[in-house]
Amino acid sequence: MKVTQGQFSFLPDLTDAEISKQVEYALDKGYAVAIEYTQDPHPRNAYWSMWGNPMFDLRDPAGVMQELKACRTEHGDEYIKILAFDSKKGWESVRLSFIVNRPKFEPGFELVRQETVGRQIRYTLRSHTTFRAPAPDAGF
Amino acid sequence: MDTVPGNAKITDMKERYRSGVLKYVQMGYWVPDYEPKDTDILAVFRITPQDGVDPEEAAAAVAGESSTATWTVVWTDRLTDSEYYRAKAYRVDPVPGSPGQYFAYIAYDLDLFEEGSIANLTASIIGNVFGFKPLKALRLEDMRISPHYLKTFQGPATGIVVERERMNNFGRPLLGATMKPKLGLSGRNYGRVVYEALKGGLDFTKDDENINSQPFMHWRDRYLYCMEGVNKAMAETGEVKGTYLNVTAGTMEEMYARAEFARDLGSIVIMIDLVIGYTAIQSMAKWCRANDMILHLHRAGHGTYTRQKSHGISFRVIAKWMRMAGVDHIHAGTVVGKLEGDPSVISGIYDTCREGFVKKDLTHGIFFDQPWASLKQMMPVASGGIHAGQMHQLLTYLGEDVILQFGGGTIGHPDGIQAGATANRVALEVIVKARNEGRDIWNEGPQILAEAARWCRPLRAALDTWKDVTFNYASTDTVDFVATPTAS
Repeated sequence: MKVTQGQFSFLPDLTDAEISKQVEYALDKGYAVAIEYTQDPHPRNAYWSMWGNPMFDLRDPAGVMQELKACRTEHGDEYIKILAFDSKKGWESVRLSFIVNRPKFEPGFELVRQETVGRQIRYTLRSHTTFRAPAPDAGF
Repeated sequence: MDTVPGNAKITDMKERYRSGVLKYVQMGYWVPDYEPKDTDILAVFRITPQDGVDPEEAAAAVAGESSTATWTVVWTDRLTDSEYYRAKAYRVDPVPGSPGQYFAYIAYDLDLFEEGSIANLTASIIGNVFGFKPLKALRLEDMRISPHYLKTFQGPATGIVVERERMNNFGRPLLGATMKPKLGLSGRNYGRVVYEALKGGLDFTKDDENINSQPFMHWRDRYLYCMEGVNKAMAETGEVKGTYLNVTAGTMEEMYARAEFARDLGSIVIMIDLVIGYTAIQSMAKWCRANDMILHLHRAGHGTYTRQKSHGISFRVIAKWMRMAGVDHIHAGTVVGKLEGDPSVISGIYDTCREGFVKKDLTHGIFFDQPWASLKQMMPVASGGIHAGQMHQLLTYLGEDVILQFGGGTIGHPDGIQAGATANRVALEVIVKARNEGRDIWNEGPQILAEAARWCRPLRAALDTWKDVTFNYASTDTVDFVATPTAS
C-alpha cells in the first residue's frame, strides 16, 4: 500500500528540484522548515522523529536540501517528510507537510475490529511496522 | 399618522410624553450626530420605505422597533434611562443604482443584549421589525459585533488550525463529497459510497441535509456502516478520514443521543442543519467543544431569506452569527458551481469565516471593520456543481482553507466512485503544487490539469466528462457599491 498523507502523495514522487521549489515557497512565506522521519506512519502518530529543530534561521532552500540529503543517508528506508511552521498569531502551527521519502516496501496497517455491545465495533489501526522489534535508533 | 408636526427630536419632556402618536424621529431614534461607541453593536439595513415615508423616519422606525419602541407614546419610558436604551439610527445613504432604497446605519448599546445568546441578539435585530408596515422591504446587510460582545460567545468548537492538526492535513484544501442519492439508500449501501470516496482520496464524506432517520435507513444503521467505511479507508491510506454524521432531529434530547453515539463510534465530526435554530446550534457547539468533535453546519433553508437583495438577511450576517454560535464548517458558496454566488459577495463571506480582522470593504459587502477578538476560524465549505476541471479557479477564488465538496463530481465519475475521488485529489495536488512553484494557475490551470491527465486516467475521464459544464447565470445577490457613496 501507499501511505497518502501530506500534500502531494497522489503525484509521482517529487524530484529534488521540485522539493526545493516547495521549500522556497515556504521560506518566502517566512515559515520555518523542518524535516521529520519515522518507520511508523500511523495517521495519528503526531510526533515523528525530528531531524534537528525546525530551521528557523535558514533562508536558503539549498541548506534544507543538504539536510534532507543527510537525513536520507541515515534513514533512506523510512518515511521522511518536510514541514513548514508558521508562528503568526492565530495560526501557530504547520502550514505545509509532504512526504519526500518512503521505504522500499510500505507494510501499511491492520484494521482490528473488536465487536462490542449491540452491533458496535471498536476499530484499531495497527502499523505493521510496530509489530517488529525496532532497529536500534529507529524513529518511533 | 402625524399628530405633531415636525421632523426633529422633541426635547420638551412634557410634549414628548403627551399621550398619542409621534414620528420615530421625534421620539429620538434618529441621531445623525451620534458617534458609535466601541462597545456598540452596529447594523446596516437596506430599507425600502413606503411611498411618502422619509428615509430618516424609516431608519428611525427600524431603530425603534428593533429596540425599545412601540407604536405609541408610553409614559413608562420615563421610569427608565430610555435615552440610553434607544437604538440610534445615525446615517442614511441612498443605495447606488436602486431608487427608493437606502442603507440605514443603526447603533445598539451593548446592554440591550444578553451575553452569549444569538437568540436574544436576533430577537431584537430581526424580531418584529421585518414585518413592519411603513417599510415595503427590509434587509439586514451587515453587522459590526463589538469585541466586548464577541467575547461572551464560545466561537467555533474546533477551529481551522486544530481541525487541521487533528486531521494531520496541511497546505491544501480538504476534499469532501455528499453522498448521493440523498435519500433512499440502505445503510449498508450508503456506507459503501462512504468507503469508496474516502479510499479514493477524499478527506471527508457527508450526509445531506435531509438525511436524518427515515424508513429506508435509520440513523444508527447509517452511523455503524459509515464508520466501517471510514476506518477501512483510513487503514488502506494511512490518512485521517471523517464523515459528517447528521444528528439533526426533532428534539435536543434526540440530537444529543445521536451525537453521543457518533462519538462512541469514534467519529471525529458531526453535522447539523441550520433549520434546527440558533439555540440548538449553540448547544451542539458546546457539546462539540466538550467532546472534541468538529461541527459541520449545512445551511439548509438560508436561501429563503438570503438570496433577494431587497428583503431578508445577507448571508454575511448569518456566517457571522454562526461563527459566534460555534460551528466549525459552514457552506459558504463556490462562485463557479450551481448555487448562487457572486465572487465579491463570496469573498466577503469567506473573510468573515476565516480572518482575525475583517476590514471594511464595500466592494465585498463589508460595511464595518470587524475585529474577531481571537474567536477561532470557521472553515468555509464549497459545495454544489463543482468538478475537477475547475480546480485552478476554486483555489484562486477560495484559497487553501476551504473544504471543496464534489458530490456528483465524485460519485458520477464514469469509472466509479474511487476514480472520481482520485481525479479530484490529483487535480487538487497538482494545482497546489503548481501554485507553490509560482506558476500562474489562473491562466495555466487547464494546461496543468491536462498534463496530469496524461498519467492519471481518472482525471482524464473526469475532464472529458465535465469539461464544458459551467453555471453562468447572473447572481441575484450582488454588491451595490459606487466608489464614493454619498452620505445624506
